[in-house]
Amino acid sequence: MRPFTTLTAPAVPLRLANVDTDQLLPGRFLRKPRSDGYDNYLFHDLRRDDDGSLRPDFVLNQPAYQAAPILVADRNFGGGSSREGAVYALADAGFRCIIAPSFGDIFRSNAAKNGVLPVVLPIEAIERIWAMAEADPAAPLSVDLEQQSVRIANEAEPFRFEIDAFVKECLLAGRDDIDLTLVHADTLDAFEGDYGTRFPWRRPATAD
Amino acid sequence: MSESLTLFEKIWRAHTVTARDDGQTLLWIDRHLCHEGSFHAFDKLQRAGRPVRRPDLTFAIADHYVPTRDRSAGASDPEIATMIRLLDSNAADNGIRLFGLDDPDQGIVHVVGPELGLTQPGITLVCGDSHTSTHGAFGALAFGIGASEVSHVLATQSLWQRRPKTLRITVDGTLGAHVSAKDLILAIIAEIGADGAAGHVIEYDGTAIRALSMEARMTVCNMSIEAGGRAGMIAPDDTTFAWLHGRRYAPTGADWEAAVASWRDLHGDDGAVFDREVRLDGAAVAPTVTWGTSPEHALAVTDRVPDPAAEADGGRRATLEKALDYMDLRPGTPLTDVVIDRVFIGSCTNARIEDLRSAADVLTDRRTTVPTMVVPGSSAVKRQAEAEGLDRVFTAAGAEWLDSGCSMCAATNGDMVPPGERCASTTNRNFRGRQGPGARTHLMSPAMAAAAAVTGRITDVRRIGERA
Ligand code: SF4
Repeated sequence: MRPFTTLTAPAVPLRLANVDTDQLLPGRFLRKPRSDGYDNYLFHDLRRDDDGSLRPDFVLNQPAYQAAPILVADRNFGGGSSREGAVYALADAGFRCIIAPSFGDIFRSNAAKNGVLPVVLPIEAIERIWAMAEADPAAPLSVDLEQQSVRIANEAEPFRFEIDAFVKECLLAGRDDIDLTLVHADTLDAFEGDYGTRFPWRRPATAD
Repeated sequence: MSESLTLFEKIWRAHTVTARDDGQTLLWIDRHLCHEGSFHAFDKLQRAGRPVRRPDLTFAIADHYVPTRDRSAGASDPEIATMIRLLDSNAADNGIRLFGLDDPDQGIVHVVGPELGLTQPGITLVCGDSHTSTHGAFGALAFGIGASEVSHVLATQSLWQRRPKTLRITVDGTLGAHVSAKDLILAIIAEIGADGAAGHVIEYDGTAIRALSMEARMTVCNMSIEAGGRAGMIAPDDTTFAWLHGRRYAPTGADWEAAVASWRDLHGDDGAVFDREVRLDGAAVAPTVTWGTSPEHALAVTDRVPDPAAEADGGRRATLEKALDYMDLRPGTPLTDVVIDRVFIGSCTNARIEDLRSAADVLTDRRTTVPTMVVPGSSAVKRQAEAEGLDRVFTAAGAEWLDSGCSMCAATNGDMVPPGERCASTTNRNFRGRQGPGARTHLMSPAMAAAAAVTGRITDVRRIGERA
């Protein structure tokens, strides 16, 4: 996994609430192999007309925001389906950080496991970032994971955000959590043995 | 004196392998259900050269991509056929029991798991699918996970989780005639919002919940995710035990006795404290439908399409306007004036035997006036329905009676609502494009969907006799 430490870059203002994972990646693209890249499927049906041409009014299609790796949206971003492909689509399109007042729980976990930092900020802070990015699409936003802060260019006071210590550690180090679990291999083996003795009837009854 | 614990806390503790100082907990996983979409996770595992730790606790079920028509011919789209084949080969390569396309017990993973007795009280159950919350109806801790987590469970039979918060939703009173579990859960979501339970595990309780059948409890727990909940659960009771007894993977003999004795302790203790509490009066719930593009856009069928102009908050007004624009609805229109183009009765929310019975009840001696698909939740549900003659009620009414799978719920197998069409659907998500690009979805109960199929518009099932 690619580590996330700091990022100073422009942001895309997406004034939409309840952007579910079906909108991020419509279901019919879920069968695509990852090796092809998922970037073209990101927001496919919001981004494109029926004939496949890009809608100029959708913010992600505007030339000024093409290189921005930070997406700033309204509440309940990534709710709905657990499809990790929604994160693949964002990551393959170059997004490294998503900021919103709230996230779908599964999406938030999926994002962090793919090196995409989910940041929760209050709506007041998000309104300010939207205003900044709309006034000047090139204005940079500085995200610092170690410090847990997001700062608008030329402002002294950053916004602080909370993040789970474990998620932070994995993101900073770019570490896969299976490696971490294997550190506890002995504890896991011992638990498994003991559990089997305590709940023998919990094994599926027949093994046909 | 012993502590007072919630049901969730009891299960969480019993499955804690180790906990870090920062609160992250490694949880033991009792059951892992896979479907075609799990291919990313198997790929990842294979690339890392890791074996599946406990294939005996892992089950693979084909549902998202299976054809619902002409099944013997297989899937017509080569990419879709590949998805089904990948599940077959990943299961075979890893020694996992497969319920594939041709298996007599194939069906939607959240219908088949309980049906086979794989879902049991007190277990932890995960699946790479958000509606895994369904299994919480048995008093299990069951939740959906992403592909990275699926590969973690395959490799270690465990999962890192931060302890979620707890939310108790108590529903007392008696549900009215023709008011179902679907109406109840839609009313709950409308009340608390589509992210109202984010970060929380929901425990449902109260006399209205206790009175529900297992099928109805599954409908409620299923849509916990539409309220943003991490999981939904209902303490097991005699209804649960009676339903489970004799199912294929349920304990037998002395094991059954030991299991039931242990399950009887799986309830919230008196005095257990929840992080949040919500109360609802079951008697006040009406047949409920969605009008917009989020499950929180739900209203009693007797209501009207809301007017964004009445919304003071600018952001919320814009959201409502966008939803109405997508749904092509005008503010103030009575919901019962909304004309629909087709009906879908299916999905892990509402395609169990009781759901099909309630739809068939409405359709008996009536005709559908719009294209109507009925897709049973599992092949076993299909056989049961046919034994009861429900298939003949559906076909006599002019509906299509099809093979089991996810079908038009998420349109992954190619069963789609055509662009611009309006579908009365017993599914769980009315998201933009969920049932196909440009599709417009109105969520409702099986009885309400059947009523809509008869009249061709959203209809209060309590009044169908008067109008038909
Ligand atoms: S029926 Fe729908 S919601 Fe349920 S598992 Fe299938 S696609 Fe998901």
